[in-house]
Amino acid sequence: MAQAPALPSGFELPLESRLPRIGSIDAVALEERAASLAKRSIKRDAKVWALELAIRTTDLTTLEGSDTPGKVAALSSKAIRPDPSDPTIPSVAAVCVYPNLIQTAKQRLRGTGIKVAAVATGFPSGQYPTPIKVADVRSAVELGADEIDMVIDRGAFLSGRYAKVYDEVVQVKEACGDAHLKVILETGELGTYDNVRRATLLAIAGGADFVKTSTGKINPAATLPVALCMLEAVRDVYDQTGRRVGFKAAGGIRQSKQAIQHLVLVHETLGPDWLTPDLYRLGASSLLNDILMQLRKQKTGVYQGADYFTLD
Amino acid sequence: MTDLQPIPDDWTYAPAPESREIVTLQPRYGHFVGGEWLEPSETYETLAPRDEEPLAVVGQATEEDVDRAVGAARDAFANGWSTLPGSERAKYLFRIARILQERAREFAVLESLNGGKPIKESRDVDLPLAAAHFFYYAGWADKLEYAFPNRQPRAVGVAGQIIPWNFPLLMLSWKIAPALACGNTVVLKPAETTPLTALLFCDVLRQAELPPGVVNIVTGDGRTGAALVEHDGVDKIAFTGSTDVGKAIQRRLAGTGKKLTLELGGKAANVVFDDCALDQAVEGIVNGIYFNQGHVCCAGSRLFVQESIYEPLVEKLKQRLTTLRVGDPLDKNTDVGAINSRMQLEKIEELVASGREEGADIYQPPCRLPEKGYWFAPTVFTNVAQSYRIAQEEIFGPVLSVLTFRTPEEAVEKANNTPYGLSAGVWTEKGSRILWMAQRLRAGVVWANTFNRFDPTSPFGGYKESGFGREGGLHGLEPYLEFDA
Amino acid sequence: MTGRLPVKKTYKLFIGGAFPRSESGRTYEAEGQNVASASRKDARDAVKAARAAQPGWAKATAYNRGQVLYRLAEMIEARAGEFAELCSGREEVERSIDRIVWYAGWTDKLAQVIGGSNPVAGPYFNFTVPEPTGVVAVLAPDEPALLGLVTRVVPPLVGGNAVVAVASELRPLAAVELAEAVATSDVPGGVVNILTGRRGDVAPTLASHMDVNAIDLCGANGVSTELEELAADNVKRVVRGRADVQSPWEIADFLELKTVWHPIGQ
Repeated sequence: MAQAPALPSGFELPLESRLPRIGSIDAVALEERAASLAKRSIKRDAKVWALELAIRTTDLTTLEGSDTPGKVAALSSKAIRPDPSDPTIPSVAAVCVYPNLIQTAKQRLRGTGIKVAAVATGFPSGQYPTPIKVADVRSAVELGADEIDMVIDRGAFLSGRYAKVYDEVVQVKEACGDAHLKVILETGELGTYDNVRRATLLAIAGGADFVKTSTGKINPAATLPVALCMLEAVRDVYDQTGRRVGFKAAGGIRQSKQAIQHLVLVHETLGPDWLTPDLYRLGASSLLNDILMQLRKQKTGVYQGADYFTLD
Repeated sequence: MTDLQPIPDDWTYAPAPESREIVTLQPRYGHFVGGEWLEPSETYETLAPRDEEPLAVVGQATEEDVDRAVGAARDAFANGWSTLPGSERAKYLFRIARILQERAREFAVLESLNGGKPIKESRDVDLPLAAAHFFYYAGWADKLEYAFPNRQPRAVGVAGQIIPWNFPLLMLSWKIAPALACGNTVVLKPAETTPLTALLFCDVLRQAELPPGVVNIVTGDGRTGAALVEHDGVDKIAFTGSTDVGKAIQRRLAGTGKKLTLELGGKAANVVFDDCALDQAVEGIVNGIYFNQGHVCCAGSRLFVQESIYEPLVEKLKQRLTTLRVGDPLDKNTDVGAINSRMQLEKIEELVASGREEGADIYQPPCRLPEKGYWFAPTVFTNVAQSYRIAQEEIFGPVLSVLTFRTPEEAVEKANNTPYGLSAGVWTEKGSRILWMAQRLRAGVVWANTFNRFDPTSPFGGYKESGFGREGGLHGLEPYLEFDA
Repeated sequence: MTGRLPVKKTYKLFIGGAFPRSESGRTYEAEGQNVASASRKDARDAVKAARAAQPGWAKATAYNRGQVLYRLAEMIEARAGEFAELCSGREEVERSIDRIVWYAGWTDKLAQVIGGSNPVAGPYFNFTVPEPTGVVAVLAPDEPALLGLVTRVVPPLVGGNAVVAVASELRPLAAVELAEAVATSDVPGGVVNILTGRRGDVAPTLASHMDVNAIDLCGANGVSTELEELAADNVKRVVRGRADVQSPWEIADFLELKTVWHPIGQ
């Protein structure tokens, strides 16, 4: 079990020899840069390309206490064929569910190439003893999850116990085995962009394959400035170590326009290499139908109504 | 360290042009004098710098034209404007501000077309600030006694105003708004290459029902400007433009008793410390020199990087340059537009060539420049010595010179080591250092952890050869007033 | 029976950007109309609405506040005829509009006149900025019916305060008309609240309310001592406003001054 060495308070944790400097973030300038990128005007072919990319990188999600096999079966059908009337519309990247629904999803998605992602580690709060959280992960992997979305311990982070946060990521990564690991920071609870950057670097040091903004259960979630902050950290890791870590924006993305803005952020910060489901995901549920409406509008020239798109 | 690659266009943003149909251009314009259009005796053609398309024929004002304009301004001053209560003057200015807000898109398109700057800038910066400037000074028109208690402020008379081509409408608002608020009347000459938004502005004056002769607009080149400067009927000259012309004006006015304000060139130092917010500092550097293609008197053209952060910063800067989109000013996705004129392009090219010759290392990101029109790629010079021309002379283009320093003392010394003193930038997360640097930098505007920020309430102007007088804020009223005390 | 029967207006309170009747269901007759008669609970609701709206109004840029107040002037100008019938006439309306325009121009200038950097004897940067005090209760005067109300209500708004105004008991219709102009002028809901009704019901509630920061006793009509005593319970700023005055110090009466220090050093 990897343990980061204990250090006097006030020192940064020397986690990897070439971890990028943590430093600080100027909030005003960061928000301005995000707003400026959000003004890019993406039209016609470029818009269609972006909308289709958004679908291909979507983790179609249901994380409710009331989820049932029936609900997840319907969601899985939607994931495979988002628009039954248009076979050119691609499938999504993954379906994201609670552990109890993993097997239903696996059955429905067998042979389609769509991944099953499961949340674990006492999602969404993470306020449980470490062994229990790790056991949660092992069990989800045994049930067949291809991907694990974990939450960091925000209580530990906000009280300065960075070693504990790091340690849990390392243990969870180990428990994942072949499953790939997304680490959720829950940026809405972290308070400052400085903290978001620090948490991103901590998660990556611990072994994250993906860093993810939010659980989707609180606001604010995946705002453009927060996403930009995390993408810049991902870029710094790549520039200094060559390691590519993926990014998932989740929570609060309901409209196509927002999805496109998020894709622009990635495009102009990390470049087109990241615009693929292996390195980029959008966690969403109602977004999908908005994208389908926009795509049909682009193709027909006519504004659409919700009645023409199946709920699931 | 990875190889620098430009971000390739796998996701090509489709053209997103702002339609130019919103602007109705007349084929021919005269001079706006006494509320009417005077047929010009001499004319010239004004172009769109993005492709040299001729846009309109405008007047080249002669001494006679200038004389008539000054006469109209004097008449308007003597016959009503100077005795109008401040609260009524205020309402004219409020009207102008509101109309500019209503017609903002129309003006933004014309500004980008005639001047070359990206529509993103004219729409989001020039127009909002121009309207805000009128709105701000409107509020001072009937409050002068609070700005200058016990001094009995009153108007000077007729102001002659000469403005540059880099922010045509914004510079017009910086000049006209305070002048009118203080009760003066005005003859304004826009820059030779960018007359059109000033001429369209006359339509705003019509809609605002401003009394005839309060604002007069004559177009033309330096000869028109000289005629205005030398006219006996003008009580005050306000000039924004090149340092050389500013000095010539100051010499010309010696002994005449005419009031003068000058806003001239700059060679601003942008100082980055190793404890800066790194990515945001890079954004600030980019904004500092590539905003408006570097056609900015207060541009951060000398980048001083603390040696301890030099490599990561320069690497990030070069990487960031590869995402700048150079292209059609009317495309909403364009970040860097056209150079304003052939003459300016040649000047930039000459200075850049000198940089190479003197031994600096040049970097330009790959970009496809259009074939017609005036274009220059964003450029960074590293390994620059203070003595190189590119570190001494104002280039007024998208060209950055990078130098290094070790300590705050050294940074201040080098930053101040120039005849100019318009602006400076400081990038550090340490508050006390911001204030320490600000105290010592000999510049009229110090931007800390930001750059190129303007506001009507914030006084702007230079030290040393960057000029004298301030525009904006309470202080911007002073040049347009006479006082008993 | 000739001519067309007009549709009569209902004169209600203005709280949180909406026009509710009094929660007490009561009205009283003034200027020949039934007018809502505000209760203590209405006053309480108005203070709540003001408190909720005030931070957003204070955080808006000074430029934005100036534009909103200018638009209020635009709205009143458009209804000048209606207003003229509810006060002494056209001239009073024009003076009121011009006064609003005058005050609108102060939002982004007062800080330069009353604030600034202070040259302390030490290596510190020291500056003073004015800030709004918060929620201001205003007792409007009976005369002039419109100009007096505007004279007392607008200065606190300039500085970023939210206002709960109690209209003149005898001449409330101009206040209701003003509320309608406010409602159409981009003033965020809750920044201006106007209560019509019996002064005696509502004034002591506002004077003693622990979440009101300042009170303007212009229209107190002889009971100001009692109200001043009540105001002392939470150290309210007490202003004895005049009904026809125009000065930036009227704005400053409702501002706090904050002074900040920071060392200057490498």
